[in-house]
Amino acid sequence: MMSHVGLLGAAALALSAVTLSGVIAAKDAEPLQVSDAAVATQKFPRALSEFGFFSDAAGQVPVPGVVPYQLRTPLYSDGADKLRFVYIPGGASAVAADENEVLSFPVGSALIKTFAFGEGADRRLIETRVLLHRADGWLALPYRWNAEQTDAKLALAGGRLDLTTPAGEAISYRIPNKNQCKECHGVEGAVVPIGPKARNLSHDWLTRQVAHGRLDSVPANAGTMPHWGAGDAAEAEAAARAYLDVNCAHCHRPGATASNSGLDLRWEQGDPMKLGIMKRPVAAGRGSGGLDFDVVPGQPDQSILLHRMKSAEPGVAMPELGRATIDPEGVAAVERWIVELGQ
Amino acid sequence: MTKLLLAASALVFAAPAWAEIHEVEPGEGAQERLQEALILAEPGDEVVLGAGRFVLTDGISLDVDDVTVRGAGMDATVLDFTTQAGAGEGFLITSDDVTLRDFAVENPKGDGIKSKAADNIVFYRLRVTWTEGPKATNGAYGVYPVEGTGVLIDSVVVSGASDAGVYVGQSKDITVRNSIAQYNVAGIEIENSRNAIVENNMTLHNTGGILVFDLPDLPVMGGGDVIVRNNLVTTNNTPNFAPAGNIVAGIPKGTGVMVMANDNVLIENNLIAENDTAQVMVIAYSQTFTDARYDPYPRNVLIGENLYTGGGGDPYLPGAEMLLAAFGGSLPDVLWDGLAKEGTPALFAVEGTRGWSLNLPVQGQGVANAQPGPMVVDTPASLILDQVTGAPAELAARIAG
Repeated sequence: MMSHVGLLGAAALALSAVTLSGVIAAKDAEPLQVSDAAVATQKFPRALSEFGFFSDAAGQVPVPGVVPYQLRTPLYSDGADKLRFVYIPGGASAVAADENEVLSFPVGSALIKTFAFGEGADRRLIETRVLLHRADGWLALPYRWNAEQTDAKLALAGGRLDLTTPAGEAISYRIPNKNQCKECHGVEGAVVPIGPKARNLSHDWLTRQVAHGRLDSVPANAGTMPHWGAGDAAEAEAAARAYLDVNCAHCHRPGATASNSGLDLRWEQGDPMKLGIMKRPVAAGRGSGGLDFDVVPGQPDQSILLHRMKSAEPGVAMPELGRATIDPEGVAAVERWIVELGQ
Repeated sequence: MTKLLLAASALVFAAPAWAEIHEVEPGEGAQERLQEALILAEPGDEVVLGAGRFVLTDGISLDVDDVTVRGAGMDATVLDFTTQAGAGEGFLITSDDVTLRDFAVENPKGDGIKSKAADNIVFYRLRVTWTEGPKATNGAYGVYPVEGTGVLIDSVVVSGASDAGVYVGQSKDITVRNSIAQYNVAGIEIENSRNAIVENNMTLHNTGGILVFDLPDLPVMGGGDVIVRNNLVTTNNTPNFAPAGNIVAGIPKGTGVMVMANDNVLIENNLIAENDTAQVMVIAYSQTFTDARYDPYPRNVLIGENLYTGGGGDPYLPGAEMLLAAFGGSLPDVLWDGLAKEGTPALFAVEGTRGWSLNLPVQGQGVANAQPGPMVVDTPASLILDQVTGAPAELAARIAG
């Protein structure tokens, strides 16, 4: 039991927080503006609406200054439709400092990603994840949409709900908790964005951001990752390496959650051993599936990496978080690459 | 946690300036209530788990420094992951100066309690159990600190791990003591780690009792400076149930203490009994490798006085019958593969140590060319490894009294 003093203190603080937010709401009567206080300072905003990212929440229509973007090769999330937006506070701009890293967004920026299932009138917003760049670093928070689809509430501890994927599979969908956000978004103990790297954004989009003063320059490698879904037009290696980078390398890279595996699946990694080719597992446990190597050229059925992609069983399935179903297109792309490695 | 308290903490995420105790009871909504307490804890706080069974469907995690998670006892407070649907482990810790004590984890789908890059961590009076006994479908590691500096594991009880009950990987400044590991593939394993003391433990009915390994192709290599002393290492004769592909899947059942590719390892004052293949095994890394940074040989392994009883009578080795006949019914206590780095002795053993050697000619080529014979090694000039100090004293002080 929390001490009585602690409880009283908490209650007093609660009161002041409520009063304070009331004042801010009254003062900030402008509806079509992002709340920079919510993005940059308010500890854990309790509802997505407090940020003011959308003029029409259910329709996911952003206010001016909140810019939609798409990734060329996206993370697989059980077939969810993902709506991505970036907010950069007025007058500031992002910097394309290291072309292999995420664009460097100024403090006060936010990355917003809404997960939805269903088409047209049947579309249901499930959750919105926000990454907030604050003076002391990035903060990742998950918000869960209400049944009425009017707003999403902070879900610090995450949650589960039953839904049916576009492929028709009934699943228990997992909304990550705040710590699980960091499991994927963590490098060297700090939260970082993963997605918006120049190579995985379109050249056109980047050019537009420069024109609007939201980005300093378009890096040379802009848009060089293949466009997922382009099918056989993409080289087997490029498609698979892009897929592995986007779906695996946020953990399987130095300094991140799975660094101890020694596997580094980043797009820029060139060492075959680090990519898992003829590499023995270290802590795979039953995830090994009785196989000896992560990737055996020419033998997808002997490759642990593919075995774990083809599993939906906790403790075996990779990635560990973020999917309940198997991604047939991802499996096909990686399988094609492993076959080609043997030729 | 009372409703009033829950309401207060839901409204306010501001940090009070004093240490708090966050009580969490099992029952409805335990997953969210426990996880929320672990997220909202501030440095200095304690999260207290009530007695009973917490039924959890997802892994839980702690990412706040200087937090204690305390249950009502390793048999009273159980985090039950039998119906776990997601995450790679039961409980994940990613922050520094954490103390975990007095609770149990049962049937996690992956690892039990994992700490990643968490410095100065204490695991005290914890139990991790896969309740159906040895099975290949059990999770890999029970208590699993990796990439940490300052690790104390004291009085934990682990059984059923399909890899290692207690596994310390890519870490340094480590003590594992007063713990019981049984019916795991490996009881206690120290891997790619430096400065470790393993003492006063009981490892029994595993496939292998205590393992000290170094492996290639990992971010942290060069394992060594390890003392294994005052342990009971007995009847580790459980058939290997590790999924193939894992390094421990190659451990023959009946292995007591095993050292592979480490330097400066002292094994002394242990009671090593009834391990059917080898009471002590010292070998080079058995596979081929390409990592130029890696040294596959054992170097300066010191076998001091140990009490050996029985053992070696039913070796799980090719040609076992011929070997038994040649050695008069049971194999000597120490098995060495005969491999050593040029100019660096692999091992020393005190006078009276009974050993034999495979006399392998080349590392990584298997045992096909073994020429079994008596082990011929020097006696150690000294049995003192001053550089081995184990976990910092501050960690033991945290749980003293």
